[in-house]
Amino acid sequence: MIEKPKIGVYICHCGINISSTVDVETVEEYALKLPNVEVARTYSYMCSDPGQALIKEDIKEHDLNRIIVASCSPRMHEPTFRKAIQEAGLNPYFLEMANIREQCSWVHQDMEEATAKAKKLITASVAKVRLLEALESTEVDAEPAALVIGAGIAGIQAALDIADAGFKTYLVEKTPSVGGRMAQLDKTFPPLDCSACILTPKMVDCASHPNIELLSYSEVEEINGYIGNFDVKVRKKARYVDFDKCTGCGDCATECRVADRFPSEFDEGMGKRSAIYLPFPQAVPAKYTIDPEHCLYLKRGKCGKGPKCQEVCGAGAINFEQEDEFVEFKVGAIIVAPGFDPFDPSRKPEYGYDDYPNVITGMEMERLVSASGPTGGKVLINNGEEEIEPKEVAFIKCVGSRDESVGNEYCSRVCCMYTAKQAHLIREKLPDAKIRIYYMDVRAFGKGYEEFYDRVRRENVRYIRGNPSEIFKRGNKLVVKVEDTLNSRPLEDEVDMVVLGVGLEPRAEMRQVMDLLRLSQSGDRFFLEAHPKLRPVDTATDGVYLAGCCQGPKDIPDTVAQAKGAASSAMIPLARGKVTIDAQVAEVNEATCRGCGFCVEICPYSAIEMVTVNRFGHEIEVARVNEALCKGCGSCSAACLSDSIQPKSFRDRQILPQIAALGVMK
Amino acid sequence: MSTESLTFTEKYDLLGCIQCGRCTGGCPVTVRADLNVRQFVNDAYDEEKLDELARLAEIWDCTACHTCAVRCPKGLKPLEVLIGLRSLIVESGKVEPRVRDALQSVLLEGNPWEKSRAMRQDWMEGLDVRIAEPGEYVENLFFVCCTNAYDPRVQVTAKNMVKILNKTGVDYAFLPEDESCCGSEVFTLGEEGLFEMLVEDNTEFLNEFSAGRIVTLSPHCFTTYKTHFPDLKHPVIHYTQLMDELIQEGKLAWKGELPKKIVYHDPCYLGKQGGIFDEPRRILKSIPGVELLEFNRSRERSLCCEGGGGKMWVESESRKERLADTRIKDAKAMGADLVAAACPFCILTLEDAMKGLGYEEEMRVAEIMELLGEFVEV
Ligand SMILES: Cc1cc2nc3c(=O)[nH]c(=O)nc-3n(C[C@H](O)[C@H](O)[C@H](O)COP(=O)(O)OP(=O)(O)OC[C@H]3O[C@@H](n4cnc5c(N)ncnc54)[C@H](O)[C@@H]3O)c2cc1C
Ligand code: SF4
Ligand code: SF4
Ligand code: SF4
Ligand code: SF4
Repeated sequence: MIEKPKIGVYICHCGINISSTVDVETVEEYALKLPNVEVARTYSYMCSDPGQALIKEDIKEHDLNRIIVASCSPRMHEPTFRKAIQEAGLNPYFLEMANIREQCSWVHQDMEEATAKAKKLITASVAKVRLLEALESTEVDAEPAALVIGAGIAGIQAALDIADAGFKTYLVEKTPSVGGRMAQLDKTFPPLDCSACILTPKMVDCASHPNIELLSYSEVEEINGYIGNFDVKVRKKARYVDFDKCTGCGDCATECRVADRFPSEFDEGMGKRSAIYLPFPQAVPAKYTIDPEHCLYLKRGKCGKGPKCQEVCGAGAINFEQEDEFVEFKVGAIIVAPGFDPFDPSRKPEYGYDDYPNVITGMEMERLVSASGPTGGKVLINNGEEEIEPKEVAFIKCVGSRDESVGNEYCSRVCCMYTAKQAHLIREKLPDAKIRIYYMDVRAFGKGYEEFYDRVRRENVRYIRGNPSEIFKRGNKLVVKVEDTLNSRPLEDEVDMVVLGVGLEPRAEMRQVMDLLRLSQSGDRFFLEAHPKLRPVDTATDGVYLAGCCQGPKDIPDTVAQAKGAASSAMIPLARGKVTIDAQVAEVNEATCRGCGFCVEICPYSAIEMVTVNRFGHEIEVARVNEALCKGCGSCSAACLSDSIQPKSFRDRQILPQIAALGVMK
Repeated sequence: MSTESLTFTEKYDLLGCIQCGRCTGGCPVTVRADLNVRQFVNDAYDEEKLDELARLAEIWDCTACHTCAVRCPKGLKPLEVLIGLRSLIVESGKVEPRVRDALQSVLLEGNPWEKSRAMRQDWMEGLDVRIAEPGEYVENLFFVCCTNAYDPRVQVTAKNMVKILNKTGVDYAFLPEDESCCGSEVFTLGEEGLFEMLVEDNTEFLNEFSAGRIVTLSPHCFTTYKTHFPDLKHPVIHYTQLMDELIQEGKLAWKGELPKKIVYHDPCYLGKQGGIFDEPRRILKSIPGVELLEFNRSRERSLCCEGGGGKMWVESESRKERLADTRIKDAKAMGADLVAAACPFCILTLEDAMKGLGYEEEMRVAEIMELLGEFVEV
C-alpha cells in the first residue's frame, strides 16, 4: 500500500427494499467511524444517475481512492459502479460491494439485528477494500465470423441476420436438410400461414447467401477457445453422393432396389422413403443422401448385380468411396439452436399409442393434413381393420407436459394452439365430423391466439374440460375414458381417432452439445440462460448464445424473436472486432508452483494448462492461466496445496482480513 | 414437522390438485358406483365438511387399485383422501361389523380372516418346509400372506411353491408362525393406528432375519412392503420374479402340456403399482402348449377386479355389473379357456364371477403357481 486509503461508503435504501429493514442512517453514522473512511452517505437509489453522480463528485472533492457501495448483489450492479468510479478517474477495481439486500434486508425481519449485520458486512468490506490493487483489463481481437448449430427456424433466422450484417456465418445442420420441425408443419397457427410458403424462401436464402457456409449433414466435433476466438472442427458426414454433381433429379431414389421401403423421418414414419433419399421435396440443399443403415451396398457390400442408383444416375454422382470430411475454422461467437424433441407418448402407455394405429401424435397429424404428406392431405386413418375417414376425432392436450408422472412439470406452450389449429384444419376437411378437444386449461396467450380459439370453438369444436386417463378399444372404436369435470360426469366417449397433443422436450442428444460448450441445464432440462429475464439468450459461457426451443418450449414467433436477439448479441463482439478480457482472473506464482496439475483438473472452464518453463537451467512444469477463459471462480486456488494460484482481488491476503472482520474466524 | 400436526389439506397435498379429472377419468369403479374421487379431493379442502364427506357410502367403493394415483399429473394419491375419510369413520367406531371384526382379528391374531394364529401354518401339513431362524442367513425368505395361508382356495399357491423349491434346491425358508399381516387392507380400510403398529412390529420382526431378499406370494404384501416400510432392510420381490428367474436359468423341468388359450389378468398391486408386467407373461408362455392371449385392457391399462381396498369385507351397494364379471365376459368373448392371475384376491373375485356367470364348464381361473404345480416336475 503506497498511498493512504481514503474510503467512501455509499449506503443504498433501494427504495424501501433495504431501508425498511436496515436502519441506514445508523449504519451511515457507524461507517463514518471506521478506519480510513472519509465520507459515508445514504441515498434512495445509488444505481440511479444522481446516485452515481454523488459518488463521482465525492471522489473528486474528497480525493477518495477506494469506494464501497453497500447495496445489492454485485451480479447486477458491480459493472455499473465500476464504470462510474472509472469515469471519476479511479481504477475500476478499487470497488467493493457490501450486499446488504440479498444477504441482509431480504432475508431478515428484525430491524435491530439486520442493522447490526449490515454494519458487519460494511466493516468487512472496509477491511478488504484498502488491500485491493489496481487491475487493467486487456483486449484481444475477435474473429468476425459466427457458428450456428442447428438449422431449424431458429438457426436459419439467426444465421441470416448475422450474414446480412456482413459477417461470415457457418451454419451446421445434422440432418441432410435445413428447416427443422417447422418444415414438417402444414399450416402455422395464427393466422394460418402455410408453413412451407413462409419457410422455404428462408431455407433457400441459407444456401445461396454469399456470407453463409451451409454445412448440412454435419456435426460439430470439437470447439476450443473463448469468446472472439473459437476454433471449431466439423465432421461432414459422407453422403455417398457427389455434392457438386448431383442435380437432385431423384432417378436414383425411384430406381433404388429398396425403393420406398423405410419409414420417412420427415413424414413421422407414416410415409416411406428409399435408401437414397431427399428428406422432402423442398429440402435444402436439394442433394440426395444415401442412408448407410439401409443401403444394401453399404450394409452388405452387394446390391443385386450392381447398385441401381449408380446405374441410373446420369450425372455419375453416386460415390461409395466417399468418406467423412473434416473442416476447421475460427469464429468469434456461437449460437446454439438444436431445437426440441416431441414427447414420445410410449411413455404414457395408458393412451395406447403403441397399440392402436388410430392414436397418433400432433406431429403425425401435421403430416396427415399436409398436402405433401403421406395421404396427400386427406384425413384417412387405419382403425385396426380398415382405412376410414374418421367421423369422431378427439384431441388430448398436455400429453407429456405439466405432468410429474413423466418428469415434465412445465407447460409446452404450443400444444394448446396447435390442437386448435389442427381441429380447424380437420373441420375444413371434414365438415360433419364430431371434434372434441379434452383440456385442463386453455392457454391462448399470444397475439391473436384468444381470437383464434374463439373462432375454432364456433366452428363446432367441442372443448371438454377433463384430462383423459385412458384409451382402450371397444369393437372398432377407441374409448376415451375421461371425466367432464364441469359437470362431474365420468365418460367413456367412443371415437375413431385420437390425436395426442404431445409437448416439447429437450433433445435426447443435447448432452453432446452441452459437453462441447460446457453449457448447463435448468430444472426442466432445457439449456440454461444466463438470466431468465435480463439475459435470456446468453449463457454462462461468454460468446455462446441460445436460440429457439433448445432453451425452452416456444412457438415460431417467439423462436424467431429469440433468434434475432441471439444474433444481435453474437454480433456485438464481431462488430467491435475486439473483446475485453476481465482482469479479475487467477494468477500463478510460477516460483512456488509445484507443477502438480490439480488446478488443471479442477478448473470448470478448462482455463489452465501446464507449460514447461526453464527455472535455473531446469525444465519444469508450471500452471498457466488463459485469461480469456478464466472466470475468476477460485476453484483452483482452493485446490492448490502450495497457495500458488489465486484470483486477483480475491487473494488470501485480501479476503482473510475481510473474513476476520466478520468475526466468524478466530 | 410431525405428521400429527398436518391438516387434511397438507397431509394429502390437496392444494397441489389442478382438478384435471384424470383420477376420476381413470377410476374403474365409476362405471358402477357413484364414486368421484376428484370431487373428494376438491371438497375435502373444507375441514368442516369432512365428517359429512366421510358419511357418504361411496368412499367404500374404492378398490385401492391406485389408478388415480398412477395417473395424477401432480403426484397426489387421491385414493388416500378416501382412506383418510374412512379413517374418520373407523375412529368414530361406526364401521360395518364385518370390517370391525376383520380389523380386530388382525390386532389379535395377525390376520384379517378371524382365524387363530396357531393355525397359520396348517397349510404346511404333509410338506417338508424349511423354517427360517433369526440370524441364520437365507437367500430367499418367504412371506406367505394371510389369505394364502388360511383360504383353502388359494393355499395351493404356497403349497406348490414349497414343492417346487424343494425340487430345485433354491436356498429358501418360510417365516415362522409369528408372521403377521402386512397391513395392506388395514391401511386401505383406514385403520391408521393399527397400520402404524403393524409397520413398526413387522419391520422389527423381519429385520431380525438375515436374508438376501424377501419373496412375497401376494402382490398386496409386495407393494405394501415396498411403499410403506421405509426401514425394512431387505429388498422385496414378488414370487413371479423368482419363478421367472428359475425358468430363465433352466431350473424348472416341464411335464405334460397345457394346450389352452390363457389370458393373463394383471393384478393392480403387481402391475400398475408394482411395475411387474413381463415376468408373469414369460412364465405362462413357457408352460408347454400354452397360447397366451392379451386383454385389450392389459398391463398399465388393466381393469381392476375389485378385490382390493378392503372390498373383501365391504359389499358394494351397486347392482350394476361387477368389474370381475366384465373381465370374465371379455375373456370369454376372446375365446380364452383359462384366466390366470398371480394374486389371491384376483383369484377369489374372478373365480366367483366365473361361477356366477355359469362358465364353470368351459372356463377356469387359476393362480400361476397352481399351473406351475401341475406342469413342473416335482
Ligand atoms: C405438432 C407441432 C405443431 C406445431 N405447430 C406450430 C404452429 O402452428 N405455429 C407455431 O408458431 N409453432 C408451432 N410449433 C412449434 C414449432 O415447431 C417450434 O417453435 C419451432 O420448430 C422451433 O424451432 P427450432 O429451430 O428452435 O427447433 P427445431 O425445429 O427442432 O430445429 C432444430 C434443428 O437443429 C438440428 N440439430 C439438432 N441437434 C443438432 C446438432 N447437434 N448439430 C447440428 N444440428 C442439430 C435439427 O436437426 C433441426 O433441424 C409446433 C410444434 C409441434 C410439435
Ligand atoms: S446401392 Fe442399392 S440399395 Fe443402396 S441406394 Fe443404391 S440402389 Fe439403393
Ligand atoms: S400449451 Fe396447453 S396443451 Fe400444451 S402443455 Fe400448456 S396447457 Fe397443456
Ligand atoms: S388427477 Fe390429481 S391433479 Fe388431477 S384432479 Fe385428480 S388429484 Fe387432482
Ligand atoms: S384407487 Fe382405484 S378405485 Fe380407488 S379412487 Fe383410485 S382409481 Fe378409483
